Amino acid sequence: MATADELRELMRTEGAAVATNTQAFNDGRYASVSDLEDYEALKREARAIKEDAIERLPELLERLTETVEENGGTVYLADDAADANEYIRSVAAEREANRVVKSKSMTSEELEVNEVLEKDGVDVVETDLGEWVLQLADEAPSHIVAPAIHKSRDAIAELFNERFDPDEPLETAEELTRFARETLGEQIIDAEVGLTGANFIAAETGTMALVTSEGNARKSVAATDTQITVAGVEKIVPTVSDLQPFVELIGRSGTGQDITSYISLLTPPVETPVVDFEDDTTPISEFDNDREFHLVLVDNGRMDMRDDEHLRETLYCIRCSACSNSCANFQSVGGHAFGGETYSGGIATGWEAGIEGQDVAAEFNDLCTGCTRCVNACPVGIDIPWINTVVRDRTNRESEGPADWLVDGLTPDDEDEGAPLQKRFFGNFETVAKLGSATAPVSNWLAGTTVSRQFMARFLEVDPRRELPTFERETLVDWFADRESTVVDPERRAVLYPDLYTNHVQVDRGKAAVRVLEALGVDVVIPQVPSSGRAPISQGMVATAADHAERVADTLAPHVADGRDIVVVEPSDYAMFQREYERFVDEERFTALADGSYEILEYVYGLLENGSDVSALATTEDGAVAYHSHCQQRTLGLEAYTVAVLEECGYDVATSDVECCGMAGSFGYKSDYYELSMDVGDRLRKQLQVDGVRERPVVASGTSCLEQIDALLERQPRHPIELLAE
Amino acid sequence: MTARLSSFESSLDELGVSVTRVDPGSLCERLDELITAPAVGVAPEEAFDDPSLSLAETAIEVDPTPAALREATTGVTGARVGVADYGSVTLSMTDRGSELVSLFVDRHIAVLRAADILATMEDGIDALDDEIGRTRGSSIIATGPSATADMGALVNGAHGPRDVHVLVIEEEGS
Ligand code: SF4
Repeated sequence: MATADELRELMRTEGAAVATNTQAFNDGRYASVSDLEDYEALKREARAIKEDAIERLPELLERLTETVEENGGTVYLADDAADANEYIRSVAAEREANRVVKSKSMTSEELEVNEVLEKDGVDVVETDLGEWVLQLADEAPSHIVAPAIHKSRDAIAELFNERFDPDEPLETAEELTRFARETLGEQIIDAEVGLTGANFIAAETGTMALVTSEGNARKSVAATDTQITVAGVEKIVPTVSDLQPFVELIGRSGTGQDITSYISLLTPPVETPVVDFEDDTTPISEFDNDREFHLVLVDNGRMDMRDDEHLRETLYCIRCSACSNSCANFQSVGGHAFGGETYSGGIATGWEAGIEGQDVAAEFNDLCTGCTRCVNACPVGIDIPWINTVVRDRTNRESEGPADWLVDGLTPDDEDEGAPLQKRFFGNFETVAKLGSATAPVSNWLAGTTVSRQFMARFLEVDPRRELPTFERETLVDWFADRESTVVDPERRAVLYPDLYTNHVQVDRGKAAVRVLEALGVDVVIPQVPSSGRAPISQGMVATAADHAERVADTLAPHVADGRDIVVVEPSDYAMFQREYERFVDEERFTALADGSYEILEYVYGLLENGSDVSALATTEDGAVAYHSHCQQRTLGLEAYTVAVLEECGYDVATSDVECCGMAGSFGYKSDYYELSMDVGDRLRKQLQVDGVRERPVVASGTSCLEQIDALLERQPRHPIELLAE
Repeated sequence: MTARLSSFESSLDELGVSVTRVDPGSLCERLDELITAPAVGVAPEEAFDDPSLSLAETAIEVDPTPAALREATTGVTGARVGVADYGSVTLSMTDRGSELVSLFVDRHIAVLRAADILATMEDGIDALDDEIGRTRGSSIIATGPSATADMGALVNGAHGPRDVHVLVIEEEGS
């Protein structure tokens, strides 16, 4: 796992370039997909094709083998990296190749085939400019699509000037590109073997799709007489026409280009004549096109992933990089921290767990905070946070639990006893909160003492620079129990769900919610309900979370049956009801709860739309606020409701557009991640400090966001519901 | 079809690709204006199986030697299909080396028939599915010049052409 020092160093050296580039890709994605007539339908289509292809993989593999052989090529199905490398070596040896030119291929990096060929004395040249830079610098890729994203132009210029000592030092991107093009151009026409990857392979005709922009893949195939293509078995789709949604989605999702310059649809061996580039007498058409083609299909753990109900979805991944670019943590540290042996970004957990093993994935898996900002960005609809959760859970189970004396009384659920102490502490935050409220203000005072902070720093790795939440002695549930409903003839009846934070820490926003709902004619009750399971799930404690889900569903079901709406203040808990509970409770109860629950401002919006009078709320003539929506709330498409309600109440609303505040539940409290969390938060801080926003009061929906903004700004943020209840 | 052609043109415009309409009779003349010498080409007559589209009357060297290809600045090839909403053209690979001619040059001129412009990528892929299904051939969906952002800024002309021009032949009465 990357330590705080390593992360700090990466942020210092690579952070700026990574942040600029990933954010540009991410912005580009939003702009580019908004041009599509029906983006969601296209994603569903892409997903369906992948689901079907992985389901039928054995049959498609067989068909592909037939067609490639009919076309005059050879197929080799490699069990693992060593097997694939041995085959590639033998092809290069048979061809007596001096040089192999490569186009960008993640699968070839997974195999580490370069080293193997180089040992045989073969000159292996990466021809993708980014890959070439890394080959020269002897560095690892930091991004699955733009591998040298962490290097600035200056750093590349320095590298080239040092290495090649050109007459005129190279400086501009233009000059660097020209130089690379010329140098590599000479090497390509001299090579015997072209080694490519493939983004997709159509079984019906043996046609592979290569998605590129530079033209190096085209050249590597056209200029050599032996084509080797390595691809994971998951790349197979039935037909060329199945490529359509992917062609439209892959560039947009990744770097924000509507389409890359070249989508090569090659049905090798290709027709292009194999020419001698020195020949100045023979016309091109008189050269033969006697190419060899070897397709190396790589299993390397994929067939086992296919059988793994949770990792299987990983195989749908088309490696577009949207989950990297949309990830707030990735934007700060890049793939050198947020990645394994080969793959990086959110989905890397799935790939590395399946290909390299659980331990490699565990090295970086904690950098996924479960914010879900990648979920809507993924063109094949993979639940990437879930894969991260499952792998975290498996990692917890494989490790030794902490000493009993540390855990006693803290963690009631022993299903997850493998989890490290810090994870169990945060995962069982309900216990902490209950204890905290019961013993407040002593608990707050104690938490602030040096002894206790030292304990926390030492055993729980809670960063001493963070302020801890202050527990209220009177919980929201207790407060509510002592009061009478003020609504006589209710418009609707609702349960206000007492989420952990609203109940124990930010009790005021709960009270405000009650007042707003009652002002709009809603009969409110606040029963005792268990916490949602958000805390344990974020620590990978799946069994504990599932237990919470069961209990919450059981407690709320009678209320729903009784015609009450479930209204939730904390977006991360609301998101549990809408997303994760589908995995934990039976379909009937899930649907009843998901359909019957609302985020608080969504609910207020609905009431106002259905005739409730806004004048019952605190409105303003000329108010202006800055609003930061919560990551999971935005994924569920709920940001707009808050904005609409605030506007209806007379506010001018400026919204942030950072993907996440950086706090993400317990993440920002952890010593290892405090500085990363603040780096991510800094992007939000800047947005809240620009002219025209700087003076505005800040409202935010999530507890974590509120805590983070509190730490980032002088201004104290509030939940939007509090504005409406004033 | 006019609508498709103009949508194709505006897509190309966004990509920074220039486009010229031409009637079959003046193809050679226009090509001579558009090329930067030395120019090589694969006659569109081959791609379209239409002997009237020969390059014999131009300054373009048809079926060059590999050495001449490397010296060339401009490469002229046919393009089978245009995709209006993306500004893409499809370049089929042939045993006359159209892949080499469209790739190993600085300036690529793609000659396309207006009637072959399809509205959407879906139509384009269907056409390719059909073509590849019949011929088991290979095709490039090319959209704009080759480009890279790997050197710290977007640069046109990575390994392939830095400049692309599309010449659309409008048949009479079409
Ligand atoms: S998981 Fe989805 S978003 Fe991430 S790289 Fe794969 S396809 Fe793209």
